[in-house]
Amino acid sequence: MEEDFVLMKGNEALAEAAIRAGADGYFGYPITPQSEVMEYLTAAKPWERTGMVVLQAESEVSAINMLYGGAGAGKRVMTSSSSPGISLMQEGISYIAGAELPVVVANVVRGGPGLGTIQPSQSDYFQATKGGGHGDYHLLVLAPSSVQEMADFMPLAFDLAFKYRNPVMILSDGAIGQMMEKVKFQPQRPRMKDEELPGWATTGKTPDRERNIITSLDLDPYRQERFNRKLIEKYQKMKEEEVRFETFQCEDAEYLFVAYGTSSRICQKSVQLAREKGIKAGLFRPITLFPFPEKQVGALADQVKGMLSVEMSAGQMVEDVRLATNGKVPVEHYGRMGGVIPTPDEIVEVLIQKFIGG
Amino acid sequence: MADIDIKDIVKKENIVYKKTSVLTDNVMHYCPGCGHSTTHRIIAEVIEEMGIQDKTIGIAPVGCSVFMYDYIDVDTQEAAHGRAPALATAIKRLLPDRFVFTYQGDGDLAAIGTAETIHACNRGENITMIFINNGIYGMTGGQMAPTSLEGMHTSTTPYGRDPGLMGHPIKMTELVAQLPGTYYVTRQAVHTPNLVRKTKKAIRKAFEYQKLNKGVSFVEVVSNCNSGWKMPPVQAVKWLDENMLPFYPLGDIKVPEK
Ligand SMILES: Cc1ncc(C[n+]2csc(CCOP(=O)(O)OP(=O)(O)O)c2C)c(N)n1
Ligand code: SF4
Ligand SMILES: [Mg+2]
Repeated sequence: MEEDFVLMKGNEALAEAAIRAGADGYFGYPITPQSEVMEYLTAAKPWERTGMVVLQAESEVSAINMLYGGAGAGKRVMTSSSSPGISLMQEGISYIAGAELPVVVANVVRGGPGLGTIQPSQSDYFQATKGGGHGDYHLLVLAPSSVQEMADFMPLAFDLAFKYRNPVMILSDGAIGQMMEKVKFQPQRPRMKDEELPGWATTGKTPDRERNIITSLDLDPYRQERFNRKLIEKYQKMKEEEVRFETFQCEDAEYLFVAYGTSSRICQKSVQLAREKGIKAGLFRPITLFPFPEKQVGALADQVKGMLSVEMSAGQMVEDVRLATNGKVPVEHYGRMGGVIPTPDEIVEVLIQKFIGG
Repeated sequence: MADIDIKDIVKKENIVYKKTSVLTDNVMHYCPGCGHSTTHRIIAEVIEEMGIQDKTIGIAPVGCSVFMYDYIDVDTQEAAHGRAPALATAIKRLLPDRFVFTYQGDGDLAAIGTAETIHACNRGENITMIFINNGIYGMTGGQMAPTSLEGMHTSTTPYGRDPGLMGHPIKMTELVAQLPGTYYVTRQAVHTPNLVRKTKKAIRKAFEYQKLNKGVSFVEVVSNCNSGWKMPPVQAVKWLDENMLPFYPLGDIKVPEK
């Protein structure tokens, strides 16, 4: 049966999509603006629907380590949190990257630093894309810009996590988490059966194989370095195979907004307003923030006269835009912080001010 | 002497002791006389005797026993410092028919991992927790542990632990026994043959009880850290008897109601 659209909050869509993605377990700790995820799950009782486990942990530290355990047992596990909670998880995420475990972590970002604000922000870009915890590692980062994408990225995130044995982050923000939009879900995927669990998982050592060990420890510097190189190769493969992006009126663009998530929605309107003023503007929206679409952004540097990185932050993604364009074109940043969301008009004004004058 | 052939002695009927097949042949890195190695052997023997090697998942801590997976031949996960009970919680809930056990030192279980310990016990996770209390941070070179005794000299209490400044030694085992989620709570030791036998019985029970689904089975093993205590093994065992055991008395603290 073809399913209908439903009206839902982004956080709820993420939760429903997790059940349908065949998730085995959700472990989390409440924090605004994403508490609806666990509230939805505990109300939906997925343990009756699919057998999925839902558990409220005593802290984000515990939640992320539950993910380590569950993923180490080969299961599809996930958590969601918001900025301060994600900070608390960083040691665990680093261990997960080091033990090469597939997990999905959703960060519904709020402004910081510190307790900051509960309003939406994009100020965790560095933390999400550059590693976040200790050691050389990266998450694969997906940035949804709608409630529909909150739902669509959930099964994708699990698939990518298992493909690469790497943590995947869905980097959303308080606006996308809280707003209601229509959404259509993919059909229910079955949970993995015991015999489908990956061969490396700790499921109990049967006589036909050696024991499986999940660890991030290796005291031999040469072996550890070899492992670091293996991770680099994995990230290289992601750069080759997983770059995702969207362009909007870029064909004839002379000026380019680069924006993701909530900012990209606003910039779509800014493109329209600019064009009404006779300015040929376009929008480039990275969907994967790591791997960043550096080739695609770099190619546009030959076409446009200037790029404006629009972010709800003090200027984080702009560094990747500058690296991708390598000085070929002026790159500026415009950001609002503290939970302030920029308006389409002010973005156009900034574009004019920075690049065109008058 | 010449007419004795070693082959006549090494015969099946002459075997008095055999290493359990659940211990690997790897040479243990533990200091001579350390209680970690004895406790590893006991766990491995219990797993063999219960015939549950293919159903058992262990969680190693950060501490001297971080390499537990080199020795006990079961599927094992190595946890971040203090977080073993969180891993065990998820593994057991996702694979409820497996036997899941954590193995943690006192710094791991009673300092940095206090929250995970208390809450796994309070939720009544159906797991076995083995707690090696040697009153010190062995791995990092002998710093004060939450369990270090009053007046005890460690590398961070060079003048002795002063409870006024550094707090009192914590009796974690008595603490978790208060929680309704623990089913069996006991304190044992492994520095004499008789105590080894008792500990083995306790650990066996702690695994058997997982079949009942009644909550956490918690076994503390009061142990020695010769290197951290800066004592030769014989002296360390004597010190353990005279100082650790009066403060950490052995025996069952909570037993299942009949
Ligand atoms: C987050 C974190 N903090 C500190 C350490 C350093 N560290 C490693 S082991 C350890 C103490 C271990 O003591 P205990 O748990 O008593 O185990 P033992 O070695 O005595 O068996 C510490 C502090 C670490 N690995 N990770
Ligand atoms: S340092 Fe202490 S706890 Fe560690 S192996 Fe040596 S005696 Fe055992
Ligand atoms: Mg210790």
